[in-house]
Amino acid sequence: MLGRLRFRHGVHPPELKELTARVPIRRLPFPAELVLPLRQHGGKPARAVVRVGDRVERGDTLGEADGFVSTPLHASAAGTVSDLGLWPHPDGSYAPAIRLAVDPASPQALRPRLVPEWTALEPAGLVEAIRQAGVVGLGGAAFPTHVKLSPPKDVKIDTILINGCECEPYLTTDHRTMVEYPERVHLGLRIMMRCLGVGRAMIGIERNKPDALEAIRATLPKDLDVTVHALEVKYPQGAEKMLIESLLDREVPSGKLPMHVGVVVQNVASAATIAEVFETGLPLIERIVTVTGRGVRRPGNFIVPVGTKIRDLVQAAGGLTEDAREIVFGGPMMGAAQASLDIPVLKGTTGVVVLTAADTKPTVSYPCIRCGHCLDACPVFLNPQLLGQLALKERWDEMATNHLADCMLCGCCGYTCPSNIPLPQLFQLAKAALRKRPAA
Amino acid sequence: MDTLSAPAILGSAGILGGVGLVFAALIAVTHRKFKVWEDPRIDMVAALLPGNNCGACGLPGCRAFAEKAVAGAIAPAQCTVSSPEARADIAAYLGVDVGQATQRVARLLCAGGRDVAPERADYLGLPTCKAAAAVAGGGKGCVWGCLGLADCAVACTFDAIRMNAVGLPIVAPGRCTACGDCVEACPKDLFVLMPIEHKLLVQCKSLLEGDAAERLCRVACTACGKCALDAAPGVIAMTNGLAVVDYAKNDLAGPEATRRCPTGAIVWVEGAQFAAPAPLVEGVVV
Repeated sequence: MLGRLRFRHGVHPPELKELTARVPIRRLPFPAELVLPLRQHGGKPARAVVRVGDRVERGDTLGEADGFVSTPLHASAAGTVSDLGLWPHPDGSYAPAIRLAVDPASPQALRPRLVPEWTALEPAGLVEAIRQAGVVGLGGAAFPTHVKLSPPKDVKIDTILINGCECEPYLTTDHRTMVEYPERVHLGLRIMMRCLGVGRAMIGIERNKPDALEAIRATLPKDLDVTVHALEVKYPQGAEKMLIESLLDREVPSGKLPMHVGVVVQNVASAATIAEVFETGLPLIERIVTVTGRGVRRPGNFIVPVGTKIRDLVQAAGGLTEDAREIVFGGPMMGAAQASLDIPVLKGTTGVVVLTAADTKPTVSYPCIRCGHCLDACPVFLNPQLLGQLALKERWDEMATNHLADCMLCGCCGYTCPSNIPLPQLFQLAKAALRKRPAA
Repeated sequence: MDTLSAPAILGSAGILGGVGLVFAALIAVTHRKFKVWEDPRIDMVAALLPGNNCGACGLPGCRAFAEKAVAGAIAPAQCTVSSPEARADIAAYLGVDVGQATQRVARLLCAGGRDVAPERADYLGLPTCKAAAAVAGGGKGCVWGCLGLADCAVACTFDAIRMNAVGLPIVAPGRCTACGDCVEACPKDLFVLMPIEHKLLVQCKSLLEGDAAERLCRVACTACGKCALDAAPGVIAMTNGLAVVDYAKNDLAGPEATRRCPTGAIVWVEGAQFAAPAPLVEGVVV
């Protein structure tokens, strides 16, 4: 059954996508140095298999997968391993990373296929090839793709949803991918349908991207049961559970995953990357990043090697403006603020948003007036004002009984709060506190 | 109508009296049969204890301490929070030796105040260390270092922690009860409880080595290893870019290990850890 193409609750932040929505994707020259943290995604980090001084070619394995929820890491440029040590990580810590001095003399050419042809592979072989290519979700959360493509045997998947909503303000990587590489999206979808043995797929795109809708519709393969749907423009339309409600009118129960209602959701960029990996024969070593915001002079969409530092990206976008104030990885609603220009782009980094002083005016919080705006905004129907009051009193256990676990930190409550209470930050702290003592 | 006749009054009094007698007998029997004898000295000792229920002795509250003290399982001196006179009173009352107290204090494994450890970014969110640590690890360049937003000072129920002018918490050893609240409050896990006679202390948790560590903080441990060479053999080991003191060999430790430290990361602590560079609020014991 088709859903109503919309979900309940949510907010309408300014889109601000006009900065880069019409800027074609451009490939950047290789920077002098790349830094590849071994922890690229949720699950276990890769295990380094190179030593300082090793010469590596583009696509060579730098780190091996360590466990099931883990993927290998590959050299995103030809060069020499200059250091194995701690380096600032986008999560705010110092984490083990491989520093790669890029060889200025190397042509960085494509090389003979490392990934096998997809047509020759059985579903299990395809999933393994995707894993060996280090593919993770490119929509931001960076969950290893092969895990999503190998559901447990007792789960029946009937539909694949391709997420082309890109509901975060500013970001346009998915938008440009759909406009410029629609065939890749379809090929990636075809490969995933074979992996899962699923006959039906749906592509959901927000209505504010008519050119993407047109491009995807124009290239729709005739032999597959794929439908394209224009969805209401609202944040967080691109959250898995909201997308499933919009497209299929199914509700993912609390504590369950999309696969428990027979659905696998993949981002358009992930689909395009799977196609690219099998087309070029190189593993996932580069991605498209939107560098935008009023804090950079020439915002744009760039293809960059994984491990490019913020410094190089900002330079490619014309440099920082005088009033640049804050740098965020991902969109402004859910993204993570970054504290250093040396921090590298990970596989899951969708964009680098540079906000100006005017965008980030420090605000004062006032007491909750119980207006209920947050209740009307919360897409998973929690009571953020109650949770916020509990968080201020550090009553973590009561927050857990009020379903804090269902909160995905989308930020709608904080966005809509007239008292400027930093609700998402409080919930993030509560989640961290509860993780620290799971027995309580 | 003759409602208040003498037999009616006597009858009801008799019934109530009878019921009362039955219950009295029941209570008397239960009282004898189920009596739990409690040493009256426990109440007396509990009254002499501070009553903070801080847990510094390792027991769940002052009453538990009183029970153990009366049973002779713990020396009165183990209550490091109470005054020496109160401890002597308890010992005299119980007729036991005061015993040896190993006073423990909270020590901060960071000396990177704002003057020596530069910030790499301004943090503008909720003004607590926990919140700052969740956003890009906080503004401080050294991600292992003290964020200086005083979660520990807020958590301390004994008013033993005051922030100094460069944003470091000063623990007053005279007030610290080693209850451990600051250890729990610090998102960077910088506090440790240690006996006050452990005087050799590495005030750094940065895992970086050499120049990389020193770029982030002028008083970072650069893992040069000089302290390990100068100290008695086996006292200091170099692990993970840090000098680690083996306190099992505390008797051999001396201030000579700190003399050649190029950054001053390793110190010999007498009393409070940091001198207060700015005047503190009056009446604070430092």
